[in-house]
Amino acid sequence: MSIVETEIAIIGGGIVGLSTALHVARRGVPVVVLEKRQPGAAASGVNFGGVRRNGRSLEELPLAARALEIWKSLPVLVGNDCEYQETGHLKVARNEDDMEAMAAHANEQAAYDCGVEMISRNALRAKYPWFGDVAYGAAWCPTDGQANPRLLGPAFAEAARQAGAHVYEDQAVVSIEKDGETLLLQTEHGLELRASQVVNAAGAWAGLLAGLLREPVELWPMMPQMAVTEPVPYFIEPALGVVGGDVYLRQIPRGNIIFGGRSGSADLEEGFGHAISEETLCTLERVAMVIPDMANINVIRLWSGVEGCTTDHLPVISPSQTTPGVFHAFGFSGHGFCLGPGTGAVLSEILLDGETQTDIAAFDIGRFS
Amino acid sequence: MTNTKNILIVGAGPAGIRAAKVLVENGLHPIVVDEAPASGGQIYRQQPPGFIRSSRDRYGFESDKADFLHSSFERLLDNIDYRPNTGVWSLEKNIAFTSGPEGINRIPFENLFLCTGGVDRVLPIPGWTLPGTYTLGGAQIALKAQGCLIGEQVVFMGSGPLLYLVAYQYAKVGARVSGVFDTAKLSDALPVLPGLLSGGVTLAKGIWYQNWLRLRGITLRRGIVPIKIEGDSAISGFLYRNSRGREKYQKCDSLAFSWGVKPECQLAELAGCKMVFDDMARQWLPETDEDCRSDIKGIYLAGDGASVMGADAAEFRGELAALTMLADSDSDQSSDNSRRSYLKQRLKRLAHFREALEHALPYPKGLMASLPNNTLICRCEGVTAGDIRLGQALRPQEINRAKAYTRVGMGRCQGRMCGIAAAEILADEKGVSLEEVGRLRGQAPIKPLNIGIAGAAAQDDPGRAASI
Repeated sequence: MSIVETEIAIIGGGIVGLSTALHVARRGVPVVVLEKRQPGAAASGVNFGGVRRNGRSLEELPLAARALEIWKSLPVLVGNDCEYQETGHLKVARNEDDMEAMAAHANEQAAYDCGVEMISRNALRAKYPWFGDVAYGAAWCPTDGQANPRLLGPAFAEAARQAGAHVYEDQAVVSIEKDGETLLLQTEHGLELRASQVVNAAGAWAGLLAGLLREPVELWPMMPQMAVTEPVPYFIEPALGVVGGDVYLRQIPRGNIIFGGRSGSADLEEGFGHAISEETLCTLERVAMVIPDMANINVIRLWSGVEGCTTDHLPVISPSQTTPGVFHAFGFSGHGFCLGPGTGAVLSEILLDGETQTDIAAFDIGRFS
Repeated sequence: MTNTKNILIVGAGPAGIRAAKVLVENGLHPIVVDEAPASGGQIYRQQPPGFIRSSRDRYGFESDKADFLHSSFERLLDNIDYRPNTGVWSLEKNIAFTSGPEGINRIPFENLFLCTGGVDRVLPIPGWTLPGTYTLGGAQIALKAQGCLIGEQVVFMGSGPLLYLVAYQYAKVGARVSGVFDTAKLSDALPVLPGLLSGGVTLAKGIWYQNWLRLRGITLRRGIVPIKIEGDSAISGFLYRNSRGREKYQKCDSLAFSWGVKPECQLAELAGCKMVFDDMARQWLPETDEDCRSDIKGIYLAGDGASVMGADAAEFRGELAALTMLADSDSDQSSDNSRRSYLKQRLKRLAHFREALEHALPYPKGLMASLPNNTLICRCEGVTAGDIRLGQALRPQEINRAKAYTRVGMGRCQGRMCGIAAAEILADEKGVSLEEVGRLRGQAPIKPLNIGIAGAAAQDDPGRAASI
């Protein structure tokens, strides 16, 4: 049995854990990531790929702004743009009530400088003639975008390694204990690790770890399911989502349209999500209402993944209340892809400087106790 | 007619037909779903209505078997729910989702027979996407089903039982066969001669085709290594290294190639059947016992879709699978144990022959490692051998990660065509075994699914659907 000593140990090699590792390693501090499977293989790698502030809750906007800076600097930071594109995002209303609610939210968002504009039905249909009759209007955020989730986690892992971080794969953490001044972690495969500080960034599995530390957080597995079509000529530039989440979609320049809407199933033990065929049919029906031309094309693959969802749909980014030295960063409730790169930067400041300028007050774990 | 015991048979080739026949003879009424417009599978594929080539012309030595199966199936039609032109695109919790002329259907089942057949095993070589390039199976179907040839000067290349057979069939109808180029060496066959001899008539037919071709002065070459299919906008020739290592060129306007057949086991995988790596096939296959049971209760696997053993074995296994299901079910059907023993005996002999054949006509293991970087591997996504090798920069552990980084196997065919080659290249690049790089995880839909047709079948709360 080998024992590894490090300053900071990160449980979970998703975007949150890996971006934290990268920022920590770049400051020359020893850091180890323990990933139960492979970097970015879970929710980080199989999500929709949206990078948006449009419609995002106000509490998350400062962190989202921080993330956006990092999204734009990916080629420099990790040597790969991960196909990030600032395409803008349309949040599509189905009726007057949706429009009013979105307009009110856009007003509140104005203080955060997101640049959200409301687009009337006629203007929307004039600009995007491919919308179906269900499109009543939209909120438009030009600074939003999209990226390729399959590349982000591995790119961060590679950059973190090059900066000096150790990223262990196939090492699921099974115990976490305070041992004097240090924290002792053990993995399923017998790896033992001592660290001064530990980050719990274990995604859908983070609730189990919080439980081990006697601070249970109600964390529901959520399994958004996705579909992708065969490539067709590029016609949908912005990413878009319908109010209520029935349908969200984006097209990549090579032609495939990626969309989601319903929930799949997952077995946390096994770790893989599965699309549910019956739910898929509902999403297909709806996507053809939003963009009727899509009725003529084929879906070639379905997939799903597992993410942790909190009761208030906001993440936990917070020191542990029971165990000094432990920090939590989980429960992103489907927002982790967009927020993850920023979360790593913020966490590295908390770990190494004890404070951050980014407002994350709403994410304290104490709100659940 | 009720589908007692909710039996679903997927595939109406030799295995599916035999399974259906046994079930009907025992008073059961299975649903039979098949992608093709008529029964027979690929091997005994029927010609479209109005075509009049004789059975003998189409199936040669096998015409009696083909006629028997076709007429057997005709006689079953009153007792089965036959759904041609229909594919299963997903299997979930004992429901098969199909797509066909009537749109989407859900078929609940208690007993499922997967008789999904095989598809040509293709390994890409430079130029393989030039117009005029076909698989051996594809070239044969063009001839068998519609009396069409793939070209006027045809080269046949690769290895496997189809190679000389298809060349013979083409030559026999008057096509100009420019040559038959076998990657197997005669010396591959010698150590397994006893096993080959156990093939009896099948072996004799293989030798007969070769002699027939040789007697007509057709170029036959063994032990070749393919280098390139040449041409600008279409094939103009085939470049290869002969058994003495010299580069040679054969002019042609079309080329058919493949290395045997690989099972179509996506549905078994979606159903959750345990997949095991098979050293001989160099592929992951669903686990079956000697009675054609999968590891999941009520799911039976028969024919080349379970493992490639050829059409005769498919008939035996289809029958055996159905008899096994009867024996497994708690009904009062008396199952025929002596018949099952006989079938298993026959299958054992065929397996012995099949194993010898795999050695005699080996899969060209090293071919993928030596492919130039610019060779296209994944046609759907435009991924080259070099892309897969460069994908190493992000350190993919296994084939699904390589897929995530490079898009290989992500397109319309979902890796059915390129998956094997991609895994070979990745394994070679990492210096690990093929087994260690794993297999592309199967995902629904296993064939492309039309959004409009599928969406029309949604069983959603009508209020919500209208409100979107």
